[in-house]
Amino acid sequence: MTPLMTKRLTIGCSKDELVRIRQFTSDMLEEHSVPDLQAHKLVLAVDEVCANLIIHANDCNPNSHIDFDIEFRPRQIIFTFRDKGEGFDINEYESPSMEELISTRRQGGLGLMLVKRIMDKIEFSTEKNHNICRLIKMYP
Amino acid sequence: MAEIATEKYEGIHFISVKGEIDAGSSIYLDNALKEAIEEGEKKIVVNLSELDYISSAGLGVFISHLDEFQLHKTKLTLFGINDTVKQVFDILGLEKLLTIVSDRQEAIDSFND
Repeated sequence: MTPLMTKRLTIGCSKDELVRIRQFTSDMLEEHSVPDLQAHKLVLAVDEVCANLIIHANDCNPNSHIDFDIEFRPRQIIFTFRDKGEGFDINEYESPSMEELISTRRQGGLGLMLVKRIMDKIEFSTEKNHNICRLIKMYP
Repeated sequence: MAEIATEKYEGIHFISVKGEIDAGSSIYLDNALKEAIEEGEKKIVVNLSELDYISSAGLGVFISHLDEFQLHKTKLTLFGINDTVKQVFDILGLEKLLTIVSDRQEAIDSFND
């Protein structure tokens, strides 16, 4: 299938870059007339994966980079992250229960739960020395 | 970016959050709640009416203090959450764990129950 449109943003692995990736995603979704409430959820899922890659896969090293693509296809939007950090397959991650988070007073663990609930499909692969994470959202 | 302001009114500790809370700025919200706990506050209200965005890092801050609040019999009430932010709370079912009301007066009244 020929993509209708793909846009790319490259960011350094710093938490300060999250604002930029959210703005970029939000602008692209608005340009493609994705309704506000839906767009907000997609921006959130992108932010969560990106924060995870920056903090856990790349230890907030600003010299490491993440290439982020948004591809608009008929009936689906694909968000792709490429990085060279420590590989991590979200599908294999078992989110802790809410009870566990409360009793252990943990702050982390909710992000990937959100991503799984917002996205229709998550793919992870490794090509050469790159990790590739794809988030796929279907729309009518 | 996030801006946090605190205020005390009739025995209630108010925390107002403005802007965006993400993995970078959630620390400010965490510090504000920790300060309130350290000061022994028993009634805490968080005003989210000027909050445009919250990610799991911010939600995690509220969740991580729930156990402590229960232990110290501290009551936390949130108010003013807009529709886009509220859907994030709803995706995780947080409305069942947190006291969320619509406005400041309702938040004050929530301590009289």
